[in-house]
Amino acid sequence: MSNPTILSVEGLHAHYGKSHILHGVTFDVARGEVVSLLGRNGSGRSTTLKSIMGLVPPTEGHVRLDGADVAGLRSYTICRRGLGYVPEERETFHNLTVDENLEMGRQRGPSDSAKWTVDQMFTYFPRLKERRNTRAGSLSGGEQQMLTMCRSLLGNPLVMLIDEPTEGLAPKIVTVVGEVIEDINKHGVSVVLVEQKLTIAMRVSHRVCVMGHGQIVFEGTPQELNDRPEITDEWLAV
Amino acid sequence: MDQILFALLNGTIYGLLLFMVSAGLTLIFGMMGVLNFAHASFYMLGAYFAYTLEPFVGFWFAILLSPIVVMGLGVCVERFILRRVHAFGHAHELLVTFGLAVVIAELVKMVYGNFAVDYRVPAELSFAAFTLSGLDYPIYRLFMGGVAVTMFITIYLLLTRTRVGIVVRSAIYRPQTVEALGHNVPLVFMGVFGIGAGLAGLAGAVAGAFYTTNPNMALELGVMVFVVVVVGGLGSMGGAMAASLLIGITNSLAVGSDLRAVDVLSIVGLGDWAEKSGGLLTISMSSLAATLPFFIMLLVLMLRPSGLMGEKE
Repeated sequence: MSNPTILSVEGLHAHYGKSHILHGVTFDVARGEVVSLLGRNGSGRSTTLKSIMGLVPPTEGHVRLDGADVAGLRSYTICRRGLGYVPEERETFHNLTVDENLEMGRQRGPSDSAKWTVDQMFTYFPRLKERRNTRAGSLSGGEQQMLTMCRSLLGNPLVMLIDEPTEGLAPKIVTVVGEVIEDINKHGVSVVLVEQKLTIAMRVSHRVCVMGHGQIVFEGTPQELNDRPEITDEWLAV
Repeated sequence: MDQILFALLNGTIYGLLLFMVSAGLTLIFGMMGVLNFAHASFYMLGAYFAYTLEPFVGFWFAILLSPIVVMGLGVCVERFILRRVHAFGHAHELLVTFGLAVVIAELVKMVYGNFAVDYRVPAELSFAAFTLSGLDYPIYRLFMGGVAVTMFITIYLLLTRTRVGIVVRSAIYRPQTVEALGHNVPLVFMGVFGIGAGLAGLAGAVAGAFYTTNPNMALELGVMVFVVVVVGGLGSMGGAMAASLLIGITNSLAVGSDLRAVDVLSIVGLGDWAEKSGGLLTISMSSLAATLPFFIMLLVLMLRPSGLMGEKE
């Protein structure tokens, strides 16, 4: 992909207390690109997203969003600069209705980002429209996942960081989530995806990064990963 | 009958006063996860500031300005003291607020003296609203109740009908997620802390004129306010209102009651036994009134640990 880089992660280190989790993670995301971070549990994929987002402040390294270094900034500033984050645990606001949850995500976003409306969200996930006055705490896991994705998308981000969006979901909803990721990408939103299901990751990604021990151990297209079964065996096989 | 009506009215007004102070505390408690021991000190400062301002600007402006000053103070406490110790954990925050309460109480004693000051209900509000069985019911009590109800409705509308309100309600439960959605959570915390302090200040400015304004008023009300927050449920405005009224009315009814356990037991023929046993069985309800709120708290904690309307996940 020859598009300019929108997100550049360089030598990122992060700690949880005294535990050193990320050991110099480096990768780039081009405008309009979907990059998946693959790896076993504990390889540092989720921490990488949290660290980029400022939720686990990096102890070393750079995160450049559209050229500006955002490493170490508070997460609300990073969000306003154009990063959207969909957490693994979904983290909907259980005490708020679907409409109120969506309102929480609404931000102006950078001037050059794709603009999203609540109606578009309801087109993606008609189920949410039916339940717009329901408290998020009463939604099913799948509905909560849809809500979390829509909430972040309404911030009009340049790049979406999506952590395990299909975990624990029924196969039918997994397919829908995959299609939505592809569609928002067509609208120009770049995506960094952490995904356990290889089939989904390989289908929607332009490039994949395999992580192990808090580092990127392989980077290439899905096809290139397919051609290197030893990488899959060593870093991805259960 | 009239006595019971009076007790009910007084209890309701006292409950509403408790709500005015606990409204801010429950929001702060929910958001920061830490009890602010200095919260009732803001209530006391509200009364003292109003007392200080009254000779210059008159009663009405004094009870308007005093909460604004207290709010400013609350903002400074959050920004320059609490935020600095936040990184060290809840124990440090708790200790800091406790220390702050002590410092404020001592400063008040140094400036105003260790006795009650002459802060009174203004002459234009010193008349009876109505008379029952020859007893006058002061209009000022109704005024206090009116202020509290107005406050409740305003906060409720702010929290449920505005975007800022939605952000505050979310930040009570998931501050990190709220921040990752682009909301300046530290600013929200500071604002809520300031408004909470201001509301307590308003309660102090209004109630200080009716009850007494003295250096112990924070301590006297503070304990009760904590009970309200725990009984009502963290971060729940409706819970704070329900718990305030429950405690206010129970307290007020108990204070005026001579009922003893012996009297109840004698109905089933155990009166003599209870009289001989003595102890708690022969103590009148009015003597137990002060302990009733704690008994209610104990019951709630045992049966519903998240409080009457607590939503904490």
